[in-house]
Amino acid sequence: MRLVLIGLVAGFFSALFGVGGGIVIVPLLLLLCSWPAQAATATSLAAIGITAVSGVIAYAFHGDVDVAYAALVGVPAAASVGFATALQQRLRTRTIELLFAAFLLGVAVWLFLK
Amino acid sequence: MTYVLAVLLGLAAGVLAGLFGVGGGILFVPTLVALGLSQHDATGTSLLAIIPAALVGTWRQARYGNVRWKGAAVIGIAAAAAAQGGAAVAEALSGPTLRKLFAAFLVLVAAQIAWRARRASV
Repeated sequence: MRLVLIGLVAGFFSALFGVGGGIVIVPLLLLLCSWPAQAATATSLAAIGITAVSGVIAYAFHGDVDVAYAALVGVPAAASVGFATALQQRLRTRTIELLFAAFLLGVAVWLFLK
Repeated sequence: MTYVLAVLLGLAAGVLAGLFGVGGGILFVPTLVALGLSQHDATGTSLLAIIPAALVGTWRQARYGNVRWKGAAVIGIAAAAAAQGGAAVAEALSGPTLRKLFAAFLVLVAAQIAWRARRASV
């Protein structure tokens, strides 16, 4: 039942903003269901695949999906995600995490003013 | 030049997604907007771009035995249904409104990552 609720919240925000939903699914699995982090992130990835297909279909009906651009950013990302997953096991990520948070804030300001 | 930049940002999105467990979409959407797509086109296109990375990531994690398939199916199916609602709301909003909401969402994500980094250091 909790999993259904997590799915409903994640799916709504995923399609609203064009993100995977992992940012919603992972913390909720950790907090509400007390799953271990590895199971939460791994299961989240599998759920994201299903969610994104549904979102793509909805946007495709409005002509809002550009396949060429999706391949342009999506294929390199698929190539590098495995490398990063392996890197994650060995790296202390705290500094990078804080830099990444600052970078996202900067992007948010740019989008807000655009 | 634009395409080279897009490929580089795609590579960066994959690295950051793998490192932080955030979907590449958080970076795909601003990248696609920077490339000139409208906010709505960037949103729909980002969802398609996420699929290959999610599949590769799932495949690798499954080899470690980390994926709970039943849980993934329950979350995924519920999320797929709710995604139709999210897309309908997005289509009802204007581009600038959707962009400002996305910017606010980014601030929340940044706060969550910073909080996680602080907590991990204690």
